[in-house]
Amino acid sequence: MPSWVDLISWVCFVLGGLLCITGGVGLLRFPDFFTRVHAVGVTETLAAPLLLSGLALQLGWTLDLVKVVLIMAFILATNPTATHAMARAALHGGHRPVIFGEESERIDSEGIDSEGIDSEGIDSEGIDSEGMASGKMASEKSTSGEGPSSKN
Amino acid sequence: MYYAAVIAILVTMALALIRAFIGPSVYDRMLAANVFGTKTVLLIAVGGYVLSWPAFLDVALLYALTNFVGTIAVMRFFEYSDQASCDVQDGGER
Amino acid sequence: MINVVLLGFMIMVAFAAIRMRDLFAVAMLSGIYSFLAAGLFMALDAVDVAFTEAAVGAGVTTVLFLSTLRCIDRFEVQEEHLIERRRWLPVVVVLITGGALVYGMSDAPLMGLADAPVHGHVSQRYIEQGPIEVGVANMVTAVLASYRGFDTLGETVVIFTAGLTVLLLLGFEDKPTQRLGRNASGHHLVLRVVTKILLPFILMFALYVQFHGDFGAGGGFQAGVIFATGFILYDLVFGSDDTRQVVPVRCLIWGACAGVLLYGGVGVTTALMGEAYLDYNVLGADPVAGQHIGIMLVEFGVGLTVFSVVLLIYEALAGRRCRPCQKP
Repeated sequence: MPSWVDLISWVCFVLGGLLCITGGVGLLRFPDFFTRVHAVGVTETLAAPLLLSGLALQLGWTLDLVKVVLIMAFILATNPTATHAMARAALHGGHRPVIFGEESERIDSEGIDSEGIDSEGIDSEGIDSEGMASGKMASEKSTSGEGPSSKN
Repeated sequence: MYYAAVIAILVTMALALIRAFIGPSVYDRMLAANVFGTKTVLLIAVGGYVLSWPAFLDVALLYALTNFVGTIAVMRFFEYSDQASCDVQDGGER
Repeated sequence: MINVVLLGFMIMVAFAAIRMRDLFAVAMLSGIYSFLAAGLFMALDAVDVAFTEAAVGAGVTTVLFLSTLRCIDRFEVQEEHLIERRRWLPVVVVLITGGALVYGMSDAPLMGLADAPVHGHVSQRYIEQGPIEVGVANMVTAVLASYRGFDTLGETVVIFTAGLTVLLLLGFEDKPTQRLGRNASGHHLVLRVVTKILLPFILMFALYVQFHGDFGAGGGFQAGVIFATGFILYDLVFGSDDTRQVVPVRCLIWGACAGVLLYGGVGVTTALMGEAYLDYNVLGADPVAGQHIGIMLVEFGVGLTVFSVVLLIYEALAGRRCRPCQKP
């Protein structure tokens, strides 16, 4: 196997690993659920194909290559879908993003589109009136450990 | 290089695990479980190649599928159990 | 090294699951636990076990837990008086059992030791004669479906009985009450489109696992579970009504019976053809061909039963009418 293939695959591995850890740190350190979704969803969707393509370069033309490509396609299809669905479920379940330096009245009056936190594509038709009404338990950020987050 | 990737994945798994333990809301845990599943897929794909496990890619493919279904199931049932069961009753089911 | 890390994760998850009171979170943690267990099985070279654990433990079991949680209280009740009075009893039991296990472990041979008692019994025959007598590349399939066909028949019947029990206990509603279409994400466009795209590939993969079980990991059991998982995904996204139009409950009941009957029927056929029960050698022109036909039929029977039973249990749990909800 020519060495530049190795080189490219190593670059893929290292980049993918770095992205993995970045996403993990973001998952742990970010302030609220929506930013965490953002951190993880974006990095993971890039990290998984990077790692897998690094692997595919090492495998060569075998049946395993087809399977790797299938896994890659599967992750590329399901991962953004899953994160999108989770973000939307959280939004509908009365979870509101924490917006720094703003009062909660502004959140209620203007909706959630203000800060670009919904970069996962939360389409705003999911917020119906009921969701808005119950949105007062919004910024229970890290207070109640096992508390029910959406009991209407 | 492979080991670097494997270690990176393991570290990320640990971080996701911590988030799953402390996560204040159910959605955080959901997200952490999803991340954990994806990382398991990657771990089996990369680690299986390094350590030459047999048939590792079949298993990785199955994990990817299982992870997706699990995440969707958690989401649907959680949503359903809290809100929609009352909606159904209001809709004249019984 | 990976083994140690995974085991450490598993212990952490187990303790966290014990300490949590939110059963939703515990269900999710049990999913993580299954992923870890399956990764550990992979690291121990037990591919078929890892396959089963991934399909059953991480996927179907989590879904069944969640669908049960829908109908019961979400938070664990802490019974103070019980804990106060009998706190020492479980500790003593666990300590005695654990001590006995650790004591027994000191006598056990090391993992992978060639002259361990396990390997002196029949494994020699399986490993050396299996490829010649059965002609199947995957040794696990050869042992499972051919050498120990009786055991597998018993397991299939156990699965069938499990489905029967759930049906007897829970019963079926003619009209499923789960109106997911009324739910917020019932009109979840992205989810619907992605599911529709993925579903054929999932079912394809299940068929691949079913018929590739002779050569690689997998077999009827795993294929049945994956097939059922595909339908569960459809049910989750599109609702019970649509799923029941595709696969009516009556079909599932018939399928569960047909799978067991197919397995037993193969045995009866071989017995009628003058061999022992479940001895496939007579089914084909030569013994190896006969084994191939027999294993394929038997695996198909297992797959059919598992698929039907898993989907039946899911439908019985998810389509169930819950207790009346308290208005806030």
